[in-house]
Amino acid sequence: MSRPEQIAPPEIFYNDIESRKYTASSRVQHIQAKMTLRALDLLNLEEDKSHFLLDVGCGSGLSGEILTEEGHVWIGMDISADMLATAIDRDIDGDMFLADMGCGVPFRAGTFDAAISISAIQWLCNADTNTNEPKFRLARFFNTLYSSLRKGGKFVGQFYPANEDQTVQITSAAKVAGFQCGVVIDDPESRKNRKHYLVLQAGSSARPLNVDGMEVEKMNGKQVAAQKLTKVSKKRLKAMETKKEYIKRKKILNEKRGKEVRKDSKFTGRARKARF
Amino acid sequence: MKFITSNFVRCAVKSCDGTEGSFPLNFQDCKLQLEEQEFNEEFIISMLERLDWSALVKVASQLGNNAIPPQKPSLDDINEVLLKDLHSLLLETQIIEGKMICDNCQHVYYIKDGIASFLLPPHLAK
Ligand SMILES: C[S@@+](CC[C@H](N)C(=O)[O-])C[C@H]1O[C@@H](n2cnc3c(N)ncnc32)[C@H](O)[C@@H]1O
Ligand SMILES: [Zn+2]
Repeated sequence: MSRPEQIAPPEIFYNDIESRKYTASSRVQHIQAKMTLRALDLLNLEEDKSHFLLDVGCGSGLSGEILTEEGHVWIGMDISADMLATAIDRDIDGDMFLADMGCGVPFRAGTFDAAISISAIQWLCNADTNTNEPKFRLARFFNTLYSSLRKGGKFVGQFYPANEDQTVQITSAAKVAGFQCGVVIDDPESRKNRKHYLVLQAGSSARPLNVDGMEVEKMNGKQVAAQKLTKVSKKRLKAMETKKEYIKRKKILNEKRGKEVRKDSKFTGRARKARF
Repeated sequence: MKFITSNFVRCAVKSCDGTEGSFPLNFQDCKLQLEEQEFNEEFIISMLERLDWSALVKVASQLGNNAIPPQKPSLDDINEVLLKDLHSLLLETQIIEGKMICDNCQHVYYIKDGIASFLLPPHLAK
């Protein structure tokens, strides 16, 4: 299977057809949901409190809708208009806009409690156009991400590194930007299921990242295999549910919300019902 | 784009970083829509401290709402009515069409069909 990053730039790869195909797949939905819950588990935000979050490369909202379910308010950014169009069709609650993370995260200092990114930041390593210089884009991304977070703010980003070199590129850029930084690898022994999570913290936090009891400061940019846990958090547990359980839970949730999925094209006609 | 985002988003152009004019953006020719959202009192209270009140007053007035009190309400004088008004302004008010202009570099960002674009043309993207 070739990697999307090698086929075309993201805004072209995630065109209308691919965006719909991606989003409609229950296999994809389940995996993205699992990884988002795992990211939240690592973020270790105060329980039962709504936080203001950023979802980088939010796509059609598969990661963001988990943030909503967990009670958070979020802003998403993505480079693909078709992915965002698919998100609007699905009546996603976050506020989403078009932007290229390689040009920076355009928010004033101290905006977000935390940020996540699910299956997106590996795109920064690709020089897919002649104006794309991964080194500069990575630096710009992490510098602006750092300042957009509140003091002690945290970021967890699941990503698919093409090779060891990319992981080093990413962690070095994050460190230079001032983050305490590490990479957690879930399922390290399985080539197929192995997942990389970049974990970053902007200075010390009263509620540090939950890297299975390890301090991110001590990780110092290193990669660690996830620990086999004795005490499993609620989110981690949810992240371990099977696809069947997931689909069932989703179904009930959607019915409860009385959601209907619309099918018009691009952004037009997608304005949601006005109150008056 | 939801109103709340206007209180945090700034010009994406690198040379505008840290300049005064890059936040808040100036809103022009905007069309608004209200979309009901679940009221989350605790979230609104927690955001109060983080809001840039003068930016909020400025943008609201550009959108045609001149009724915002000039001073940020303190935690002592908040009540349910005020919180619900804030909720409605921040989370239920959607800008579905319009322009956002940076005071520093004059770049114009467009909002179309509810989606704002902060994509930069190549000469500004570096
Ligand atoms: C595999 S999808 C994941 C979407 C979503 N996070 C999810 O969990 O379903 C990757 C997303 O990253 C976005 N992306 C890639 N490069 C980007 C960039 N430079 N800036 C913003 N988004 C980007 C793509 O458009 C795509 O929507
Ligand atoms: Zn500017």
